Amino acid sequence: MAYDKFKILQSTAVPLPIENVDTDQIIPARFLKATERIGFGDNLFRDWRYDPNNKPKKDFVLNDFTFSGKILVGGKNFGSGSSREHAAWAIYDYGFRCVVSSFFADIFRNNCLNIGILPVQVSPKFLEEIFNHVYRNPKTQLNIDLDKQIIKIIETENSETFEINKYKKGNMLNGYDDIDYLMNMKDSIKEFAKKTPL
Amino acid sequence: MNKTLFDKVWDSHVVHQIKNGPDVLFIDRHMVHEVTSPVAFLGLKNRNLNVLFPEKTFATADHNTPTKNQHLPVKDPLSANQLKALEENSELHGISYWGLGHEKNGIVHVVGPEYGITQPGATIVCGDSHTSTHGAFGAIAFGIGTSEVEMVLSTQCIMQPKAKTMRITIDGELSKGVTPKDVALFIISKLTTSGATGYFVEYAGNVFNEMSMEGRMTVCNLSIEMGARGGMIAPDQKTFEYIKNREFTPKGNNWTKAMKYWSTLKSDEDAFFDKELVFDGNKIQPMITYGTNPGMGMSISNGIPNAKSQEGEVKTYLKSLRYMNYNEGESMLGKKIDFVFLGSCTNGRIEDFRAFTGIVKGKKKAPNVTAWLVPGSHKVEKAIKEEGLLIILEEAGFELREPGCSACLAMNDDKIPPGKYAVSTSNRNFEGRQGPGSRTLLASPLVAAAAAITGIVTDPRTLY
Repeated sequence: MAYDKFKILQSTAVPLPIENVDTDQIIPARFLKATERIGFGDNLFRDWRYDPNNKPKKDFVLNDFTFSGKILVGGKNFGSGSSREHAAWAIYDYGFRCVVSSFFADIFRNNCLNIGILPVQVSPKFLEEIFNHVYRNPKTQLNIDLDKQIIKIIETENSETFEINKYKKGNMLNGYDDIDYLMNMKDSIKEFAKKTPL
Repeated sequence: MNKTLFDKVWDSHVVHQIKNGPDVLFIDRHMVHEVTSPVAFLGLKNRNLNVLFPEKTFATADHNTPTKNQHLPVKDPLSANQLKALEENSELHGISYWGLGHEKNGIVHVVGPEYGITQPGATIVCGDSHTSTHGAFGAIAFGIGTSEVEMVLSTQCIMQPKAKTMRITIDGELSKGVTPKDVALFIISKLTTSGATGYFVEYAGNVFNEMSMEGRMTVCNLSIEMGARGGMIAPDQKTFEYIKNREFTPKGNNWTKAMKYWSTLKSDEDAFFDKELVFDGNKIQPMITYGTNPGMGMSISNGIPNAKSQEGEVKTYLKSLRYMNYNEGESMLGKKIDFVFLGSCTNGRIEDFRAFTGIVKGKKKAPNVTAWLVPGSHKVEKAIKEEGLLIILEEAGFELREPGCSACLAMNDDKIPPGKYAVSTSNRNFEGRQGPGSRTLLASPLVAAAAAITGIVTDPRTLY
């Protein structure tokens, strides 16, 4: 069992309407030196969040306590760049369980799914709608139902369906991971290995 | 028979297909470094698992390592701890480890090909997005997260859906002063950093046929910067000659057998690609980036584009220019720079040092420029000395450092100070990538050399 089960998440959201949020912003490389998966949330968006003297930057959304919640809403092409899973760990450790965007970078999306963060890809129009609602009323609740694959803005009842492959969905609903799956087919892997030319 | 090169290699490695789910893909080669592996090894320990095929796993230290005085103990305790963890984990699980001070040490994506670990038709993964480099040999190679590192260590497999395929064909001839790095930056500037997301790219056409293996590695390395899972180039005679007689490549009968397989590794004439793009190689100019993602690049003599002419949000674009302290319409030529970084898995190979040296020969480094020249491996370092490049570099006022990832991601002491501009041959110009507050201009080794000599952004073609 790898992580907490994910079924329905209802929460307020934190808006970050910037495109191409890259993994070096999510967690700068100098904070990748740990040998255990602890404390990464403290350095989430480190250089956007703190000035060089480690004072919180007032204009950054994580320092604006008007906004809070377990859902991070980002602009297009969220998570581009490095394969560092530390980026997903930092988001998780900070307390987010879901990232909403109109487009995700490949490896980042995979990393999220592998540690129990749900990446929800919505249309650019719906993303805009979420941003507008959250800015107008920071108490706006979003409801994400993984089983039904629906994301809804509670206030307006407006919703959209999202994609996730059946296998990964099953993993998240049940809280198990790929290693659990692969360990059960170890014999066929070993057989396969005998036939590989390399 | 309408298979792409990618299809052929992928399909032959599928252990099991899950309906509406990912494929279980067998991995031939797993490269491991100190930053993305410790938590994976910890996972093995917690689940009481072993490494299934230690002989298919190769560990090297590169991200954290100092590039000066490598014979001394590593000063930063956190870095030292991570290096120690990799050494101990490798020993515990019987994995070959090329640590700091080892003659084969270097950047993971430089040493893999150097020692023949990288081979055509192989599946290669590493907890590093620039694993795409190895695609230059006709391998399927891509970066993975730490959970997946743990997966591959324990089961030699990964679970991923098969990517869509894209072919990028560039025919024509590259003009003088235009390098593989320019070709890659050109493609990324056309596609943006998300234009190839979800795809595996095959590069085809005369420009890539003519390219050296080093050049092909540079291009495939940067595939990830347009969002692609990876990039690959069909192996040819050049590929086979490069890998022949390297430590880990097959010998004797096994070589003949391997060659028979490798020569089938090309896309069929009627192969279907989900997307095809064609560019004209004759039109590519030396490139430079002006913003905070690798897609924000242009021909070096152009002006910085207006926000409105660009794909994506105006707000994000202007935020990026503000960070760089540049304005729309400005020329990049003549902009003052402070640092030059030659190195990384993108441009830290011998050919890159030859190109750089070719420009600086007989000239002097500009006094306002700090230059960090970091070979990708000890093998590259040795070649620089043996070919006589070091003497030329030293006469021009440069010094050579020891191998590692260095200022590409600034995990060690090689950090560009806040606000300073660096012309860098590496792969990412993200905010703070090369140190908090640093400003990066991505370019080829030729453009880097021209900037190092003049202290400003300069078209290298004016210095020949």
